[in-house]
Amino acid sequence: MRKCSLSNSTALFNKIAENATLYIPVDLEKGRVAYKKYADGMKMSDALKTDRSAKDFFFPQTENLMEFKTEGKSIEIIDNRSEAEDFVVFGVRACDVKSLEVLDKVFLAEPVDSYYKNRREHGVIVSMACTRPTETCFCGTFGIDASAPKGDIECYKTDDAFYFNAVTEKGEALLAKLDGVTESSDEKAVNEQKEQIKKVLDKLPLKDLKADEFGADKTDKFFNSPEWKNLSEACLGCGTCTFVCPTCQCYDIKDFKTNKGVQRFRCWDSCMYSDFTKMSAGQPRLTQMERFRQRFMHKLVYFPTNNDGMFSCVGCGRCVAKCPISMNIVKVMKTLGGKNND
Amino acid sequence: MQKITREALIEKAAALLSEGKVDRVLGWKSGEFSYDVTPAIFNNVEEMQKDFVYGDFSGANFSKYLVKETKKDGKVLIFLKPCDTYSFNQLLTEHRFDREKVYAVGIPCDGMIDENKIKQAVGDGILSIVSESETVKVETLYDGVKELNRADVFSERCLNCKSKKHVAYDELIGEDGLVLDSNRFDEVAKLEKMTADERFAFWQNELSRCIRCNACRDICPACTCEKCVFDNPNSGVENKAAANSFEEKMFHIIRAFHVAGRCTDCGECSRVCPQHIPLHLLNRKFIKDINTFYGDYQAGAEVGSRAPLVNYTKEDIEPSEAVNRGDE
Repeated sequence: MRKCSLSNSTALFNKIAENATLYIPVDLEKGRVAYKKYADGMKMSDALKTDRSAKDFFFPQTENLMEFKTEGKSIEIIDNRSEAEDFVVFGVRACDVKSLEVLDKVFLAEPVDSYYKNRREHGVIVSMACTRPTETCFCGTFGIDASAPKGDIECYKTDDAFYFNAVTEKGEALLAKLDGVTESSDEKAVNEQKEQIKKVLDKLPLKDLKADEFGADKTDKFFNSPEWKNLSEACLGCGTCTFVCPTCQCYDIKDFKTNKGVQRFRCWDSCMYSDFTKMSAGQPRLTQMERFRQRFMHKLVYFPTNNDGMFSCVGCGRCVAKCPISMNIVKVMKTLGGKNND
Repeated sequence: MQKITREALIEKAAALLSEGKVDRVLGWKSGEFSYDVTPAIFNNVEEMQKDFVYGDFSGANFSKYLVKETKKDGKVLIFLKPCDTYSFNQLLTEHRFDREKVYAVGIPCDGMIDENKIKQAVGDGILSIVSESETVKVETLYDGVKELNRADVFSERCLNCKSKKHVAYDELIGEDGLVLDSNRFDEVAKLEKMTADERFAFWQNELSRCIRCNACRDICPACTCEKCVFDNPNSGVENKAAANSFEEKMFHIIRAFHVAGRCTDCGECSRVCPQHIPLHLLNRKFIKDINTFYGDYQAGAEVGSRAPLVNYTKEDIEPSEAVNRGDE
């Protein structure tokens, strides 16, 4: 385990930024928190969560895929991909770290999404244990441990120091480069923090939320539940839940006409939208109830069915905090989840 | 806290349900925490007794739900706070719902709280929020009970409340209030005083956070098109994500133009924005200009009024005057 005193954090960040582009969470005006490209002396936020998740680094909201240039009757196809630069995302919470594992299942399975893979290979995740989880947190429901956040390097921040443990080879390589600004340390302070975190997790209002009723091959059990109607009744059909979600991965591919040709890009799409997956026969889910059901069935049933039981919700609570009508996966699970969640 | 109690509203609903005057109730449903109130349909008094709530987090304006609700059979009871009644009237003016299928009960509002302001003030781990007449007591996981001034955590639209008067109802509970002299145009005036570059930078910063979730549009009582151009692949301007900084602005500015003269300034757009963009300022700029050019006009103040932008009088400002004014 390596340690870096907080008074030395600028030197630490500068050192990381020497070799790669570093992104750290930063406090903005009115309580907003976002990852920003590190510049010398920038102060890291202690906020629990960034407004948008680390997903954006690997699967950005819009991304150019290729260009078509036309001249006369010929079309030139231009692959405008470039090798991603090396980058480090610092301070990613356990839930958001897990979300990348979920996205990997989608984008790194055959056929591999080379755009995502490119970013994934060049990105290093330095996670951060949560000492102050909030009332909307329920990562424990999905077996995520906020006191063991994983990533490439696991990080713990105490009152006076950062503590680092390399988890992957990539993490080891980065940590080795930081030898000059870190020192060897025992695990005492980290073990104390882990104990303290466990105590806090046990006090969270959503600590008893269980996902046991859901999972692989439960489609028949939930698909025709009469509860979907009431649950979805007030849904606006906006895309807030899907766009703040660290695991939502649906996108659309669109063409944009430029003066010289066509720019093909992809952008996030939302199963909540009326024009989602529109095909020649129309949108397969005609009502908002069907769209609403799709999102939660995907997180809790379809995704686990196709991915060895892995849920595609990580309990980060962003949708819980942001939904304009305050309807969310917690309420869905409590309503559908039977007496386990009473 | 709200002076009118949940029990008083349930009692009213119970009477209307048992008399057969209404078949269901559109109301606020309590959630997991003190603040996550959801709009819901209640089919009977038992359901209301279980989950119905009216309190400082019952900010949602239900008027727009009537478009959908009145397509169903039977009559729906809706509770309207004063500012909701303006949206109600505006929707009626635009023939967007069937008035015969609604029983509207006007209820007083003592201002609603913005939970984000509480979160900002007390930090993480809110376990409960108890609102009293002047103060709000917040129990937190980490710092015990914190006491806040209720006025400090009011939502923006309530700080600048434009009216405590109900302009539509079948029946009123409690006493009606007055149209207020609010300071709601102060922020707009500040923006007007900026140089064009400063103003551009202001909006660039605010709108650059937009994630195009469309929540502002989907909650907006003035946005009731059956198919929005931005959702229509055949419109040529369908726009699922802002591909560049121009498109970020285009959506919001076009929307502001589209609701100009119809926006009642209910403030739902800013309330629901997950990125906390002060969208209401765009709409207020239009309202302020309309007031300046055509005399004071409040959309939704009455049903069937001809709004200045869809009316013509000889006294109307010449377009050139308005255009030149922009050069100042």
